Amino acid sequence: MPFISPHGLSFDIAHSLAGLLVLVSFMMLYQVRLLALLHVLALHAFVLALSVAWQAHIQDAPHLYITAAIALLFKALLIPWALRRMVFQMGLHREIETVGGIGLTMLAGIALVALSLEVMLPVTANADPVAREDIALALSVVLIGLLVMVTRRNAISQVVGFMSLENGINLAATGARGMPLVVEISVAFSILIAFIVVGIFLFRIRERFDTVDVAALDQSRGGEA
Amino acid sequence: MPVALTVPGLLVLALVGAAAARLAVTRIVVYGGSLVFCAGLLAAGVNALTAPVAHLVLPIGLPWIGLQLRVDALAGFFLALIGLGGAGASLFALGYARHEHHPERVLPFYPAFLAGMALVVIADDAFSFLFAWELMSLTSWALVLAHHKEAGNTGAGFVYLIMATFSGMALLLAFGLLAGPQGAYAFDAMRAHPPTTAIAATVLVVTLIGAGSKAGLVPLHVWLPQAHPAAPSHVSALMSGVMTKVAIYGFIRIVFDLLGPTEWWSGTVVLALGGATAVLGVLHAVMERDLKRLLAYSTVENIGIVFIGLGLALAFRANGFTAGAALALTAALFHALNHTLFKSLLFFGAGAVLDATGQRDMETLGGLIHRMPRTAVAVLVGCAAIAALPPLNGFASEWLTFQAVLLHPDLPQWGLKLMIPVDGAALALAAALAASCFVRAYGICFLGRPRSQAAAQAREADFWSVAAMAGFAGLCLLTGVFPGAVIDTLAPVVQTLTTARMPVQLSNTWLTIAPVAASRSSYNGLLVFGFIAVSMILTLLAVSRLSTRGVRRAPPWDCGFPDPTPLSQYSAGSFAQPIRRVFATVLFRAKDTVTMPPPGDSRPATITHHITDPVWDGVYAPLGRAVLWIAEKANVLQFLTIRRYLGFVFGALVVLLMALTIWQ
Repeated sequence: MPFISPHGLSFDIAHSLAGLLVLVSFMMLYQVRLLALLHVLALHAFVLALSVAWQAHIQDAPHLYITAAIALLFKALLIPWALRRMVFQMGLHREIETVGGIGLTMLAGIALVALSLEVMLPVTANADPVAREDIALALSVVLIGLLVMVTRRNAISQVVGFMSLENGINLAATGARGMPLVVEISVAFSILIAFIVVGIFLFRIRERFDTVDVAALDQSRGGEA
Repeated sequence: MPVALTVPGLLVLALVGAAAARLAVTRIVVYGGSLVFCAGLLAAGVNALTAPVAHLVLPIGLPWIGLQLRVDALAGFFLALIGLGGAGASLFALGYARHEHHPERVLPFYPAFLAGMALVVIADDAFSFLFAWELMSLTSWALVLAHHKEAGNTGAGFVYLIMATFSGMALLLAFGLLAGPQGAYAFDAMRAHPPTTAIAATVLVVTLIGAGSKAGLVPLHVWLPQAHPAAPSHVSALMSGVMTKVAIYGFIRIVFDLLGPTEWWSGTVVLALGGATAVLGVLHAVMERDLKRLLAYSTVENIGIVFIGLGLALAFRANGFTAGAALALTAALFHALNHTLFKSLLFFGAGAVLDATGQRDMETLGGLIHRMPRTAVAVLVGCAAIAALPPLNGFASEWLTFQAVLLHPDLPQWGLKLMIPVDGAALALAAALAASCFVRAYGICFLGRPRSQAAAQAREADFWSVAAMAGFAGLCLLTGVFPGAVIDTLAPVVQTLTTARMPVQLSNTWLTIAPVAASRSSYNGLLVFGFIAVSMILTLLAVSRLSTRGVRRAPPWDCGFPDPTPLSQYSAGSFAQPIRRVFATVLFRAKDTVTMPPPGDSRPATITHHITDPVWDGVYAPLGRAVLWIAEKANVLQFLTIRRYLGFVFGALVVLLMALTIWQ
């Protein structure tokens, strides 16, 4: 495998694609309209596919192209399309979700990025520089995905947060060299199955409670909303 | 190492017991087979006392260690103890278990329990040791719950399970500390790398908690008087007589063998706990009216005596006084052996009484010496032995312990100089109270007149039960009359652990034993036995010669009671009243309440006494309340929103990452 210089163009492109992914994650944080959120998710997965493809190119690892194709096909097209259908079926396309103070959430996101850089850079001091930056950025994508899940009330946006979290994991996996394809395929499939299960549950919840606001679920359990 | 074959053999018996528990022949196969295997354990153990150390590694267990087995002199002694107790219990059970209503609850676990105990003793790595330890705990727990429908038994099983888990956890911690960062879980590796002083101290305390709670050391004894009586009597005998010894083995193996040299204060800690255990255990026993619970409390007392011996051995060894350490350790091991003998015997006796009358409450027994003469004689020997009357074995080992106590002026530390006489006094007090306790137990159960219909119609126990009791009574007498033989047999064990041994006893004239030097103090069991036997025969002769020949039949003197009922005899409660007044008013907050009916009312007056257990009320009840309080507070976590849960996950992740950042 060729060594990638931390000062070459290929390094810069890999780095900027990963950075772009973090940026798109930030877009998710403040996007209050459901449909727009789905578009951001598609963009997120598209950037991931680009990044993986670039990794495949510079690492000379053709199996990563398959990973990139899976990301493009399932995550950038199929899942957002299915979610979009669901949103239309449920009549949620005009829904505007209340997110607790956008400024505060963004600040929290910035803090998370700082935290993940602070954690990862010293730990991976001896690692390959590409993988090192990638892993730090991937951790921020994961953390921001979790933040999206925590700050949203709508089940669909929580699914979106979960999907972006998974994209972060994928980014980390492809950045590290030698990750076998089997692992990535199995991760992709488990995500797909999780998506199906969540989709079925969404409809069931919808049937029963007439809403996909998770607060309704809490009320039915007798907890506080 | 043929002894390793007994473990799978016993497990096969357990499977047989599980497969066909209902058949009568299965009972004979399981108990007969256990008897044979236990005899094998006994023979292998005695053989191992003098044989070179045997080592065996089997490719099962942890992948990089395997199952390591080792039989040295210490393991040999305890194997012999397990074999002896197990053989006796199996022989007894051949007859006793005939009346078991639920053999399917006993037969599968009984051989597995024996196998677990044998495996603990021969295990030579931490994993096998803990595995065997838990096997022993769980099978005995199942046996405790064999009669789970009887009142109180499920509670006893619950407390036992918690304490057994706790003891396993403590030992796990001890082994983890001994293994060190390189994870050397084989005992050989632990011996090669003794821990630092601070870690050694922690290991000692944790082992004392882990092994002590299994042995019944105060304040970890609470499960013992509940669980031991709940099991079928032959299992009670095994738990009290043998399993507590396996716990003592665990303590000796870790502290004397694996830990390396210890500080002098460790002796003080063990001595303090041992003294408290001896006195508290016997005080409970002397006030108890349930026969099997009384025996279980007396087990607590005897464990205290053994731990006093072990504490003395630690104290002497830490000061390089190896002869004293050898004497104290010999006394402790000898007492462990003796306790196995007489406590098994007494539990057999209690089982025979329970079988014959259906009663464990002493207030309903009485006069059984007429109905069950053979049992009565065997139990009398056991009671005399446990009360430390010469020439029986209990006296020999307690006398040896006292001899070790008397060596304390040779020690330099004031802590030990002050602690050891206190323990000597506690030992003397415990011995005296034990004597009164067993006078009471024997007198109330076997003498006097029957206090209930059931006791009046009791039948003598079957042949096997009587054979087991008679055999153990004979052993009590033999080891008491020839203590020198036992001391010499124990020498290899003591030699490996303290690098010294007691002087050879069998070379002394007339089988006298002299622990330090003949000029200092000596004891001759044979002489005492001869003296007692001769004076008894002379008295008998004198009585039969000098008394009148004529038999005169007359109504017995009725003490001024016109209508003698059994109620007018001393009862278990009234016999214990003086001791209860003296000791228990403060310690157990004992209270007697007398209810007098008003004049004209024909109801009898009643006296009720109420005692509280300071350990339970002071330690366990608050602990239970604290656990309940925390559980109730934590219960709120069951009813949070999904977002809160996600928030917790997120928060935990962020906090851990931040901790990682700061740590670097």
